[in-house]
Amino acid sequence: MQYALLFYNPPLELVPASEREVRLKETLTDMLAWRKELESAGVFRTSLRLAGVEAATSLRLKGTDVLVTDGPFAETKEILGGLIVLECADLDEALGWARRCPIVRIGTVEVRPEFGAPR
Amino acid sequence: MSPEVSRESLDAIVRGEAGLVLASLIASFGDFELAEDAFQDAVTAALERWPRDGPPQSPAAWLTVVARRRVLDRLRHQAMRTDKAAALQASEELRRAELAAAEADDSVPDERLRLLFTCCHPALSTEARVALTLRTLGGLSTEAVARAFLLPVATLAKRLERAKRKIRDARIPYRVPPETEWTARLDSVLAVLYLVFNEGYSATDAEVEARRALCEEAIRLARLLAAVLPREGEAHALLALMLLHDARRDARLGPDGVFVPLDEQDRRRWQADELLEGLAALRAAAACAGRGPYQVQAAIAAAHAVTPNGADTPWQILAALYAELEVLAPSPVVRVNRAVAEGRARGPAAGLGLLSALEGWDAARPLAAYQPYHAARADLLRRAGRVEEAAAEYRTALELCRGEPERRFLARRLAEMVRRSSPDKPESRA
Repeated sequence: MQYALLFYNPPLELVPASEREVRLKETLTDMLAWRKELESAGVFRTSLRLAGVEAATSLRLKGTDVLVTDGPFAETKEILGGLIVLECADLDEALGWARRCPIVRIGTVEVRPEFGAPR
Repeated sequence: MSPEVSRESLDAIVRGEAGLVLASLIASFGDFELAEDAFQDAVTAALERWPRDGPPQSPAAWLTVVARRRVLDRLRHQAMRTDKAAALQASEELRRAELAAAEADDSVPDERLRLLFTCCHPALSTEARVALTLRTLGGLSTEAVARAFLLPVATLAKRLERAKRKIRDARIPYRVPPETEWTARLDSVLAVLYLVFNEGYSATDAEVEARRALCEEAIRLARLLAAVLPREGEAHALLALMLLHDARRDARLGPDGVFVPLDEQDRRRWQADELLEGLAALRAAAACAGRGPYQVQAAIAAAHAVTPNGADTPWQILAALYAELEVLAPSPVVRVNRAVAEGRARGPAAGLGLLSALEGWDAARPLAAYQPYHAARADLLRRAGRVEEAAAEYRTALELCRGEPERRFLARRLAEMVRRSSPDKPESRA
C-alpha cells in the first residue's frame, strides 16, 4: 500500500540569514542519506521537491469562471515543501520511516495513506 | 447448567467474553466492522437461545462459532451478488479466514493483547482510543460508553466510526508491536486504561452506576495486561493502583453524603479482597526491573492501605514518595498532593511553601481555576490557625467545586472557619 509523506517546514526566511546556507545544506545532505536508505530498503516510489509558495498559482471557480490567483491555497506558518511516496505493508512501517525523516527535526511530516487500497 | 438464566447474568457473560470473541474475529478477518456486526448478531442469537436452552459450556466458543458463521454467510452472499473475480477473491478470503481462525484459537490472550494495542494506537486520538477500547475489549454498548462519558450517543458513535475507518484506511496493523517499540506503545495502553478507570472512579453523582462499569472494565483489562506481560512492572503497578483505589470507593462518602478524606475513612468499609490483590500486584511490580510513575503512585496508595488507623498515616513516607513521583512525572496535581503530605509531616508552613512555588506553573490552565490547589491551601491554612485566610480559600474552592459530596465537605469546613473567626458568637461545637 502506498503512503505519501508530506513535508511541512517553516519558510526559510524565518531562519536567521547567517545560518540559512548551513541549515539548508545540512538538511539536504540528511535528506539524501535518508532517501538512500529508503531506496535500498525497496520502499521508495517517487518524490517531488517543491519551489516556494511565492511561485504558486491557485485556481478556483468563481461563479462560472475559473479564477486564477497568485499565491498558495492557504497562507500558513508551515508550508508544503515536498513529498515522497513509499510502498509499505502498514501504517507502522510508514511511521517508522517517517520518524527517521530529517524534516521531523525542523517541521512536520504528515503521513497519508492512498485512497481505497485493497486489504 | 440451569436453564434459568437472568437477563443480567447473560449480559455479564456476554460482556465478559466480548473482548475474547471480538479479538479472535478481528484476527481472522482483519476487519473491525465486519467482526463487530457479526458479534452483535451472535449476541442477539445468544439472548434468544440461552434463556431457553441454558448457557453453553463455553460461551466464548459458542459466540465465536456463531459469529464466524455469520461472517462467512455475509462474505458468500457478497460473492454471489458481485462478479466472478470478486467471487473468486471472496472464496480465497474464506479459505484464508478459516485457516487463520484455526490458528488463532491457540493464542487467545495474545489476541486480546493485539486488539488492545491496536485500539490504543498513537495514530488515533486519545478519545478514540478510550472509546474503542471500551467498545471492543470491554464489550460495552455504544450507549453505555456514551453514558459513562456524558456524551450524546451520536457523538460517540461518530467517534467510533471515524476511528474504525482510520484503522482500515490507513491500515493500522493489528498486532502487538515489537518489544523495541514498547516503551512508547505500552505507555499509551496504560494511560488509556487509567483514564477509563479515573472516569469511572471520579463519578460521585447520579451516573455512579453507569460509570461503575468503567472501573470494572479497566481493572479487568489491567489484570489481563499484567498476566500477559508479566515482566512489565508498570502493568502490574497500574493494576495495583486501580485496585487499591477501588477498594476504598464506598468509604469516600460518609452517611450524610459528605466526602471523607483518606485518613479519616472508616477502614471497615474498604474492600479487603481488592486491597490484598492490589498489594500482591504491587509486589509483582516491585519484583520487575525499573520503577515508574504508576509504581510510585501504587506505593502511595499502599501506604494508606496498610495503615490500620488513619491517625497513624505515615506522612513522612508519603511526602518522600510524592517527591519521587514529582521527579518522574511532574505536574501541578502531584505538587498539590506533595504539599498536603509535607504539611502533615513537617507542619503547614512546609506545605504552604511548596504550594507557593506552584504559582505560574501552567499558563494554559491557570492555577486560580484549579480547585484542588485551593482546597489544599485552605486545609494547610486551617491547620496553621490562619482562620480568615483559610475561610477565603475555602470559598474559592467551593466556587470551583463540581461534585456534591466535596461541596458539602468544603462547606462544612468553611462554616467551621467562620465560627472560629468570630469569637463573640456562641460556639456551637466544643
